[in-house]
Amino acid sequence: MNELLVCKDLEKNYSFVKALNNVNLNLEKGKIIGLLGPNGSGKTTLIKIIAGLLKADKGEVFIDGEKVSEKTKSFVSYLPERNYLDDTMKVYETVDLFSDFYDDFDKEAAFRMLENLDIDINRKFKNLSKGMKEKVQLVLVMSRKAKLYLLDEPIGGVDPATRDYILNTIVSNYAKESTVIISTHLIADVEKVLDEFIFIKNGEIVLQTSVDNLREQKGVSVDEYFREVFKC
Amino acid sequence: MTWKFDNSKPIYIQIADKIEMMILSGEYKSGESLPSVRDFAVQASVNPNTMQRAMQELEARGLIFVQRAVGRLVTEDKAVIEKCLNEKVKSITLNYLNEIKALNIKKDDAVKILNENWEN
Repeated sequence: MNELLVCKDLEKNYSFVKALNNVNLNLEKGKIIGLLGPNGSGKTTLIKIIAGLLKADKGEVFIDGEKVSEKTKSFVSYLPERNYLDDTMKVYETVDLFSDFYDDFDKEAAFRMLENLDIDINRKFKNLSKGMKEKVQLVLVMSRKAKLYLLDEPIGGVDPATRDYILNTIVSNYAKESTVIISTHLIADVEKVLDEFIFIKNGEIVLQTSVDNLREQKGVSVDEYFREVFKC
Repeated sequence: MTWKFDNSKPIYIQIADKIEMMILSGEYKSGESLPSVRDFAVQASVNPNTMQRAMQELEARGLIFVQRAVGRLVTEDKAVIEKCLNEKVKSITLNYLNEIKALNIKKDDAVKILNENWEN
């Protein structure tokens, strides 16, 4: 079985707003997948349901054959959109915290990545720039040897040079058999690292295919195609 | 340095073309081993699966071959490299001719400009 993530008929409503409708997905192992859609299209809701932080109103999610539960959290590594770390902690203390918390955390890898990214591990979190905070959080998430990585807007707040750095960190550190889902609207930046992409529009999946398939069949980049599909 | 890609062609083809250029120009020599897929992917800032596919494309073109326990090596068949080089030179030349002829310029003048600029 090569499927890592299966979503069946997912539906989620927020009072009167339909956030997700009839979402069906099958994602394979060993892929980097872009979850692409405009603001408010349901990207974060979907990721939170897969991460086990939100409950769908209808439908089911299976990760490596297991229904989403406390157990799946042990092999799903999730990067939230917002900073959730304690501002008064020092960088190395957050590494220790993660290492205590997750069995699959590779402390050496974390320190190596932080060094490569030029981050002073003795600085307090609140004294880091926005870009540095994002880097540290990404390092913490990528240092786990997880089966599934869920990265919600990992490059949202950083400059283009840092984006490339972060994408390289992702490409060079994800475990071979695992799958990475990256949600973003900065498509041109992530396109070259993606195997496949998913277009989500008003809570529904409108397309799932590989980047090179699209280029072969339509002769356009994902970025150009996105502009066409989501034209206002 | 990350590699640049244009929008219309599949990325794996663009990677294969780029590595082909490296082989044809002698940056990677006959019989020399190439970096691993993973290292090459990081170097180019692309997905390892896309790099893998580019390698398969280069194998199909006959420019590289897989040797067990060693990795991927540049072909030792000089004829294959020469054939690819000739094709490449021809396609670049045809592109050039298309553009230069569209300007209705005389052959002698074009050759003169070519000669003048060859050295620098």
